[in-house]
Amino acid sequence: MKKSLLYSAIGAATLASTSFAPAAFAERGSDGHINIIYWQAVSILNPYLSGGTKDIESSSLIIEPLARYDESGNLVPFLVEEIPTVENGGISEDLKSITWKIKPGIKWSDGGDFTADDVVFTAEYCMHPEGGCQQAEKFSDVESVEAVDPLTVKISFSVAKPFPYGPFTGGESPVIQKSQFADCLGTKAPECTDQNFGPNGTGPFHVTSFKANDVISLEANPNYRDPAKPAFATMTFKGGGDAASAARAVLETGEYDYAWNLQIDPTILTQMESAGKGKVVSAYGTSVERMMVNMTDPDPALGDKRGTIEGGAHPFLSDPAVRKALSLAIDRATIVEIGYGSGGQPTCNVLPAPEIYASTANDDCLVQDIDKANQLLDDAGWARGGDGVREKDGVKLNILYQTSTNAVRQDTQALVKQWWKEIGVDAELRNIDGAVFFGGDQSSPDTFQKFFADIEMYTNNFNGTDPENYMGSWACDKIPSPANNWLGSNMPRYCNAEYDALLAEMAKTSALEERGEIAKKLNDMLMQDGAIIPLVHRGRVSAHANSLVGVKHNAWDSEMWNAADWTRAK
Amino acid sequence: MFTYTLRRILIAIPTLIVISFIIFALLDLAPNDPTGNLPMTISPEVREKIRLSLGLGEPLHVRYFLWMKQFFVNEPLNIIEQVFEVSIGDSENRLRVQSWATRSPVVDLIVERIPQTLWVVGMSYVVGILIAIPIGVISAYKQYSWFDQLGTFISMVGFSVPTFFTGVLLIIIFSVNLQWFPSIYDTNHKVTDWASFGFQVKQMFLPVLVLALYNAAQLTRYMRASMLDNLGQDYVRTARAKGMSEKVVLLMHVLRNSMIPVVTVIALSIPQVFSGAIITEQIFRVNGLGQLLIIGIQGADIPLVQTLTFIFAVLIVVFNLVADILYGILDPRIRYD
Repeated sequence: MKKSLLYSAIGAATLASTSFAPAAFAERGSDGHINIIYWQAVSILNPYLSGGTKDIESSSLIIEPLARYDESGNLVPFLVEEIPTVENGGISEDLKSITWKIKPGIKWSDGGDFTADDVVFTAEYCMHPEGGCQQAEKFSDVESVEAVDPLTVKISFSVAKPFPYGPFTGGESPVIQKSQFADCLGTKAPECTDQNFGPNGTGPFHVTSFKANDVISLEANPNYRDPAKPAFATMTFKGGGDAASAARAVLETGEYDYAWNLQIDPTILTQMESAGKGKVVSAYGTSVERMMVNMTDPDPALGDKRGTIEGGAHPFLSDPAVRKALSLAIDRATIVEIGYGSGGQPTCNVLPAPEIYASTANDDCLVQDIDKANQLLDDAGWARGGDGVREKDGVKLNILYQTSTNAVRQDTQALVKQWWKEIGVDAELRNIDGAVFFGGDQSSPDTFQKFFADIEMYTNNFNGTDPENYMGSWACDKIPSPANNWLGSNMPRYCNAEYDALLAEMAKTSALEERGEIAKKLNDMLMQDGAIIPLVHRGRVSAHANSLVGVKHNAWDSEMWNAADWTRAK
Repeated sequence: MFTYTLRRILIAIPTLIVISFIIFALLDLAPNDPTGNLPMTISPEVREKIRLSLGLGEPLHVRYFLWMKQFFVNEPLNIIEQVFEVSIGDSENRLRVQSWATRSPVVDLIVERIPQTLWVVGMSYVVGILIAIPIGVISAYKQYSWFDQLGTFISMVGFSVPTFFTGVLLIIIFSVNLQWFPSIYDTNHKVTDWASFGFQVKQMFLPVLVLALYNAAQLTRYMRASMLDNLGQDYVRTARAKGMSEKVVLLMHVLRNSMIPVVTVIALSIPQVFSGAIITEQIFRVNGLGQLLIIGIQGADIPLVQTLTFIFAVLIVVFNLVADILYGILDPRIRYD
C-alpha cells in the first residue's frame, strides 16, 4: 500500500515537472505527422530528369542546392557559409568564376560526408551530352566545375557573367550524392530507378517509400544538420485529382495540412476559406499572362513562308495604332476579378518583378478606354464596314485569337472578344490542348511557336530573380522558323536592332542598379512597341491548415523551401 | 466445344496483333508531345534534347518492333524470373518498356496499382452484383408493384447521373458536412488488425458506393428482364402444378435459368474493373489503373498509354471468349461447332 502510494507520488511529481517544462523547447519529430497534397502527382524525385514543377518541389524536401531564394527573392545560403560576391572575393574581378565555400559537418542522409566532389559530380551529371538533363539551362556557359578542396567549389564560365548564380541555386539544381548516382551518368541516367525514386539528400526529409504518380512517404532525415529540426517526424506527400478537391481537403475537411497551386474560381476559394480551418496564401513571382502579337503573316496561302519574316509583315497588326487600340480596349481589372481573385493583379509590364526591374512607365494601360481606342483607329484610317468590323484597303480587322484549353483562359477570351467588338474588331476564339499547344511537336500546326494565328495568350515566367536570359527571349535570333525547326522563344517575331544592342550591354553590366535600369528599358521597348500585351501578373495560390506554423509562401523558389522550419501550433 | 474454343483462341492472335499496331500508330501519330507539360522555363534546345533522349528520333516501324519485343518477349521473361526466382539470360540489361514521366518500367507501375484497383473497383463490382440480383428478382416477381417502380427509378437515376456528380455530392454530404468518411484514399494503408480493417472499410465506403450504384443500375435491369422472360415460361407453370413452393420455383428453377445471360454480361464487364473507374478514381484519389491511364494521356507518356491500352484490349478479347464459353457451358441448349 505504502509502496504504491510512493510510486504514485513519484509519478505525479514527474508528471508535474514535465508539465512545467518550457513548451518552446521543440525537438526533431515532436510534432508528429504532416500531410501535404499536390494535385499533380509526383512522377520522379530527380529534377534533372523532369522539369515538372511538382517534381522539383517535392524533391526540394530531400535534396538541396547550395543556396535558395527566400520569399522576397534574396539569395539565402543553405549548404554554404555565405553568398559569394565581388566584395567578399567569392566572385572573381573578371566575372568569369565564382567560388562557393561549403559549411563543414554536413552529412548525407545515409551518413556519408557532403563534399565538393558531390557538387562537381552533379555538374557532370547535368552537363553530360547524352544525359537529357532537363535543367541544362542552369549550367549554360559553364566551362568547368572543380573541387579546390573538400569544402570549396570553383565554377568557371566561358564568358563574363554579371549574374553567376545560375548553377546550384534554387530548386532546379540541387546537389545529388556522387556515391549514389555514380553509375547513372549519360544514357544510364533514366535507368537508375531506385536512385531517381529515393535520392539521398541533405534536406530535412528522406524517402521511405515512393509510389510514382501517387504518394510519397517521408520521414525526418536522421543526419540533418540541425538536431532540433524538422519538427515533423513523418510526412505523406499525396498526389492526384484536381485543384478544387485538394483545396477542399485542406480548407473544409481538414484531412491535409498543405495544398499547392489552387487554380480555381476565386469565389469558391473564398467560400471554402470561410469554414475557418485553413488559410489561403498567395505569392507573386514573375508569371505574367500575356498576349503575343504576331508581327508576321499567318495566312495559310503563304504555304511554307507562313508565320515567318520572309512571308512579310502582318496585314494589320504591323500598324502600331491597331496594337495600341487592342490593348486600350481591355479592362484588366475585370479579367482579374473574374478569373484570378487574390491570385492575380492587373499589369502593364511583361517584367513585373522583382521591384528593381518593375517599370512604371506603361501604367496608363491599367485603365480601359474604349473611346480613345475607337479614336485611334478612326485616325489611322480604319473605317467601320457595314457589318461593324473595321477595314482599310480591303483588309478587315478579323483576329484569330488562340490559347490553351483552360476554363479561366476561355473566360478571358470571351470578355476580350466582347470588348474588341466595341471597337470594331472581330475575334475568332480558338483553344488547343495544353500538351499540344506547348509541346513543340514539329508536325503539329497548333504549337505556340508556329503561331499560325494573329494573337495568342499564355503565361510565361523565369526562374530565380535575374531577368537577363528572359529578356533575351525577344532577340532577333530567337525567332522560331523552319530554319531552326521552330525552336525559338521570340513568338511575336519582334526584331529591333536597338533591343539587341541593349541586351548586349546588359551582358556586360554587373552593378545591380544599372542592370535594373537596362531591364526596365528593355521592358518599356517591348511594351511601347506593342509586341506583347500584358494582362495579369499571376501569383501562386496555395492553402495551409491554420495549425501549420512557419509557412513562408515563396514564388521565387520551391514552396517547400523552408519546410524544415514548419511546426504545429500548440 | 473444344474445336470452337481452339478456333476462337487462334483468331484472337491476329486480332490482337492488329489491335496492337492500331494502338501504337494512333498514339504515335497524335500531335502530342511529352515536353508539352514541362514549364516554359525550359528552353527549346533542351526540349529537343529531351525528346531525343526519350527515343523519339527513330522511325515508326523501328519503334513498333522494339515495343513488340519488349512487350511480348522481355516482360514475360521478367515475370517468369520474378515468380520462379531464376535468372534467364541477360536480365540486368534487358530493355523494358519505360514510362517517360517516371523513367521506370511500366509493368512495375501497373503492378503497384493493382491492389487499390482491385480493392475499390473490384469490391464495388461485387457489391453492385450483390445489390442488383435480389432487386432484379423481386422487381420481376412483383412486377409493377411499388417496389418495382422504386427499383426502376433508382436504376434510372444511378445510370443517368454521372459519377463525377454523385462522387462530389457524396463528398460534400459525408466528408465535409457530416465528417463521417475521409474524402481522400490512402494507398499506403495496410490492413493488419481489426482497427486498420475498419479504417480501410471507412475509406473505401464512398468510392465503392458511387461505383456500386452505377453498376447495380445496369445489372438490375438485365436481371429483371431475364426473370420476366422466364417467369412466363411453361415449365414454371408445371413446377407450380407439381406442388413446389414459390420459393423453390423462384430460386431453384427460374433464377438459375435467368442467371445465364446475366452471368455473361458480368463476365463481359470484368475488363472494366481493370480499366478502372477513371473519374471516380480521380475524385477520391484512389490512384489505380484508371488514374494512371489519365496521367499518361495528359502527359503524352506514350509508352505507358500504349502498354495500358493494349493490356485492356487483351483483357477484353480474353473475357469475350470466356463469356461465350461460359454461355455454352451454362446453357445445354447452346452448342457451338
